[in-house]
Amino acid sequence: MMSSAWLIPLLPLAAFLLLVAFGRQLKESSAYIGILATLAAFVLALGTFFERFAAGAENYYFAFQWLTFGEKVIDMGFEVNQLNAMMLVIVTFVSLLVHIYSKGYMHGDERFPVFYSYLALFTFSMLGLVISPNLLQVYIFWELVGVCSFLLVGFYFYKPEAKAAAKKAFIVTRIGDVGLFIGISLIFWYTGSFNFADIFTALQNGVMESWQITLVGILIFIGAVGKSGQFPLHTWLPDAMEGPTPVSALIHAATMVAAGVYLVAVMFPLYQASVDASLVVAYIGGFTAIFAASIGLTQRDIKRVLAYSTVSQLGYMMLALGMASVAGYVAGTFHLMTHAFFKALLFLAAGSVIHAVHTQDIFEMGGLFKKMRITGTVFLIGCLSIAGIFPFAGYWSKEEILGAVYNEGHLGLFAVGVIAAFFTAFYMFRLFFATFTGESADDTKKVHESPLVMTVPMILLAVLAVVAGFINTPGNPILGHWLTEGMAGAEEAHHAPFWISIVATLVSLFGIFLAWLMYGKKSVARDVIAAPFPWLYQLSYRKYYIDELYDNVIVRPLRVFGEFLTMVDVYIIDGLVKLVGAFTKELGHAGARVQNGQIQTYGVIAFLGIVLLVIGLTFGRGYLG
Amino acid sequence: MTVPLASYLLVALILFCIGLYGALTKRNAVIVMLSMELMLNAVNINLVAFAKFGAFANLTGQIFSLFSITLAAAEVAVGLAILISLYRNRRTVNVDEMDLLKR
Repeated sequence: MMSSAWLIPLLPLAAFLLLVAFGRQLKESSAYIGILATLAAFVLALGTFFERFAAGAENYYFAFQWLTFGEKVIDMGFEVNQLNAMMLVIVTFVSLLVHIYSKGYMHGDERFPVFYSYLALFTFSMLGLVISPNLLQVYIFWELVGVCSFLLVGFYFYKPEAKAAAKKAFIVTRIGDVGLFIGISLIFWYTGSFNFADIFTALQNGVMESWQITLVGILIFIGAVGKSGQFPLHTWLPDAMEGPTPVSALIHAATMVAAGVYLVAVMFPLYQASVDASLVVAYIGGFTAIFAASIGLTQRDIKRVLAYSTVSQLGYMMLALGMASVAGYVAGTFHLMTHAFFKALLFLAAGSVIHAVHTQDIFEMGGLFKKMRITGTVFLIGCLSIAGIFPFAGYWSKEEILGAVYNEGHLGLFAVGVIAAFFTAFYMFRLFFATFTGESADDTKKVHESPLVMTVPMILLAVLAVVAGFINTPGNPILGHWLTEGMAGAEEAHHAPFWISIVATLVSLFGIFLAWLMYGKKSVARDVIAAPFPWLYQLSYRKYYIDELYDNVIVRPLRVFGEFLTMVDVYIIDGLVKLVGAFTKELGHAGARVQNGQIQTYGVIAFLGIVLLVIGLTFGRGYLG
Repeated sequence: MTVPLASYLLVALILFCIGLYGALTKRNAVIVMLSMELMLNAVNINLVAFAKFGAFANLTGQIFSLFSITLAAAEVAVGLAILISLYRNRRTVNVDEMDLLKR
């Protein structure tokens, strides 16, 4: 099964091609093509995963020569290793569920087949990224994924906000991609290959000097910062919520933004070899975790809160990977998996709510639990999971992260992680209580539960959000051991002290309790912090004015520069071209003046001609002497 | 005291240039014809000068100039006839306004 892993991305690609060709005739039946393709891909992915998971399995690698320059060869191919196999299952599963869900959510949309074709293209790109065996292939699929994100975020292109958000997403991630591209080029220059295996061998043989390793590590991380929405390139993710909610669930929660984390995880030996680069990863991750969480505290749009939550959780993953320890690696990738499940669940549930009440402002909702029991229950499960409450999946992965951070001795980052966990619990339950409990803000609206095609995927994800944590508990770290087979330093990693899980749980419970007081029971005023410190509230609500900062410092000057260059183009370059034209025209005018039908003019011309002739003959080889 | 050949040729040249200038710039057709006569007379002076001082000094030059005068007279007759017929047609003798060739 592992040898046919190359089929996994090709099935959604086939669906994309079919949908592009026949989508218009199929209309809403296009959903079946997309669902079938992703279902088949999921089955194949499961098969591949179990084959790799079996005891004694080896990595599978296949490549063919694509380009040759001199002695340098660039391959294309695919490989299956532990991380890949896990990612294949996650991506195909979430994609399958989103495909099924979208049949209900996008029902009635005119561009229904177009949506499914974009979804299929995205699934193909993400799966291709995940099985790439070399950096160049990763970069190709990385860009493809960015394009699909642009297409899907800008799906409602007739809305100017959606158009702007799509452009913003693409341009901001592009900035990260520049760093990634430079990093990839440098790696090729230093080690002579794009292949991961070759790069890691070169690392072990000490081919690269330490400053080179650090430089490459930071550059590749810049690419991850762009794609995974870390500070300072996080601004596109909340705006990308302009896209349809299934898109947010698939791309901006579970898969595309995970590509950055995946890249850092794949290049893990590089980060193990450079302390500075991994510190950069850890600090940016940790800062982003608390920074985004602090913004999520005040947002009113349900999808924005979830978007900032995604940014924050990705920060956690980067923090874990930045520890450059085996425990950190396991924690980061484990959290990637659990986050994919509970965040997709939360987004799908939010979509179900939006579908029902046609608003995204949580303070216009309320009392929805009575009317939407399934959605409410699964949303609660998602919240409990992300807040890290025992025994849900998020508890195990968050505890691993905090433990890994503590074990490496980064007490400052550990404190940041704990505070961010408090914020996480608080804002998630603020969302839950404001949306589902209390009285409805508007009783006249008829609200009903979503159809089966939308609730079944949510229920499946909810089940996973509960049980997925059990494959890597401290007492029985099956996933951890499997992921780190053959990795340097994978011996019995020391477990974190037990008090960490107690502290984390207490902090989360306190966050939930505070949210309940403020939004559930409403016994504490909502603005208990905002009223005495309005500037704090403003800073958080206005996203620390980062968008305004970027607008004034970067966008406007660039635009002025662009206008200046336009002037140069219009006046100088076009001016030169027009000058040539004008010159010829004037020459023509002068010639026309000569042809005026008057004999005397012709006589003058004839006389001038004779004079010129005589001069020419005299000073030439004419009648001289 | 003999006058050198060059002086005669210079006088003829000056006359010719004046005649050429008039032929090419004057607006009245009669003046243009007058200028053309000037040019022809200049040529006559040249011919007579070379008849006396030229390389093969001969009386042929003077005879030639007689022919030239005759031809000039005939030409003027025809030219004035054309001019009168032009005037009858176009009511003007301004050469500037005779630009049918422009089409």
